[in-house]
Amino acid sequence: MKDQTAIVGVGQTAYAKGLPQSEKQLALEAIISALDDAGIDPAEVDGLSSYTLETTEEIEIARNLGTGDITYFSQVGYGGGAGCAVVGHAAMAVATGQCRVAVAWRSRKRGAAGARPWAGVSNRVRGNLQWTRPWGLLRPVDEIAMLTRRYMHEFGATREHLANVAVAARRHANRNPGAMMHDKPLTREMYMDARWISEPLCLFDNCLESDGAGAVVITGADRARDLGRTPVYVHAYAQSIPKQHQTMTNYFCDDPLLGPSWACAERLWARADFGPADIDVAQLYDAFSPLIPLSLEGYGFCGRGEGAAFTDDGNLEFDRGTLPTNTSGGGMSEAYVHGFNLIVEGVRQLRDESHSQVSDAETCLVTSGEGVPTSALLLRR
Amino acid sequence: MSVADEFLLPAPDDDSQPFWDSCLEGVLRVQACASCGRRRFPPRPMCPWCRSFDRDWQAVSGRGSIWSFVVAHPPLLPAYSAVAPYNVIVVTLDEDPSLRLVGNVIDGADASLNSVDPSTITIGDPVEVVFDAPVDGIAMPRWRMLGGRR
Repeated sequence: MKDQTAIVGVGQTAYAKGLPQSEKQLALEAIISALDDAGIDPAEVDGLSSYTLETTEEIEIARNLGTGDITYFSQVGYGGGAGCAVVGHAAMAVATGQCRVAVAWRSRKRGAAGARPWAGVSNRVRGNLQWTRPWGLLRPVDEIAMLTRRYMHEFGATREHLANVAVAARRHANRNPGAMMHDKPLTREMYMDARWISEPLCLFDNCLESDGAGAVVITGADRARDLGRTPVYVHAYAQSIPKQHQTMTNYFCDDPLLGPSWACAERLWARADFGPADIDVAQLYDAFSPLIPLSLEGYGFCGRGEGAAFTDDGNLEFDRGTLPTNTSGGGMSEAYVHGFNLIVEGVRQLRDESHSQVSDAETCLVTSGEGVPTSALLLRR
Repeated sequence: MSVADEFLLPAPDDDSQPFWDSCLEGVLRVQACASCGRRRFPPRPMCPWCRSFDRDWQAVSGRGSIWSFVVAHPPLLPAYSAVAPYNVIVVTLDEDPSLRLVGNVIDGADASLNSVDPSTITIGDPVEVVFDAPVDGIAMPRWRMLGGRR
């Protein structure tokens, strides 16, 4: 499927806490915006691809949007691991002729405390979570903090490295008028003084709680070249559930610090005409800051244990880094919509439209959740 | 008292019931393949190495070492907020370093989750299992520090 399909439109809503619209309406707003961007009539849409977490069913999207017959629809599980796969499934469907114009999206309202997934209604914990939650490992941040402490222990990573990640993301958000943290600078001192959430992780190691939606339109490469926008080709795509993996509470396999990105990266690069050294800009899934060094290692930008030091000296920043990363502010400083804003920003970089534009960016790696069954995309123009 | 004011408890299921039953007896047991003999955790119906459905439960020493730990701070469920900050650990069992369990370090059975100063906890510390008195039919395994360091 290499370069056979392209992302031809992107759209997003405002990102904020407490938006008044429903998730359904936010989804529709983002999708119609993406179709307008592509210059494609909604009646042409015949493919729909989304996350299993999505609350709006395909039939709702189709009958609101006024599509024709939908001939391909699918959903991908595991929350933030799904984003790139949602686009990848749409691209596969277009490449194999199941549909011609596919829309992929994520719409989410998370800004209210009641929406927190750990706000349960029963004190009995079922399934795999019975092995973690009763002891007070309640939140995703606790689950990742456990891996982070071990990562620091094994490889010498420090809070200074995690601060590098948080400060770089915030700097990009400060340049992005659509970012929730646009007006809020973050200094290293503020990071070091922040309150703990789950030691060794503090407030600024966490993504934002956001309402909002993003969408992209995927169609065949020939059609893409006839539209007004620079086509952003889906060069390669991969998914992975590595051996003996158990999502966020992945403490039970041989080496829990070898996350799903390792297996995903192996397939991704094998399908590509270029490698890590050829990537101009990256959008790496950042629900928590330590996922950045872990992803840098998994996707081969540095050796094992070197991901933390890779973030030194502004190396993730758009104007002085060897790998400008999360140039919209990402999940930590633009908005957290299960990584869909990372996909939108990847496209913008390759269309020369970012607020923190990397000059002459031709290739972009976008990744989905490290620490859960995951997926990744290689985009090129 | 509402559900939100209570500590969470496991819901034993087909795979996990023997583990929790064993905790009520004050014995830590893990599942093992009755065909190839490999231990596994968490429990499941099939051995992922030899694909046998035959399985049994083996008592382990209840000793291990701390593989990693966190110190949780609010916002948390109310019952947990009330004792925060508290530690949560992952323990590597002495019998098999690939077997890891989540728990807490506490100052002896039935002590509070915050009964050990988190600043005294280090990766590698040896620990030994203790069991809380049953609450609603569940005896939670937790861990107490042993002397020395590995």
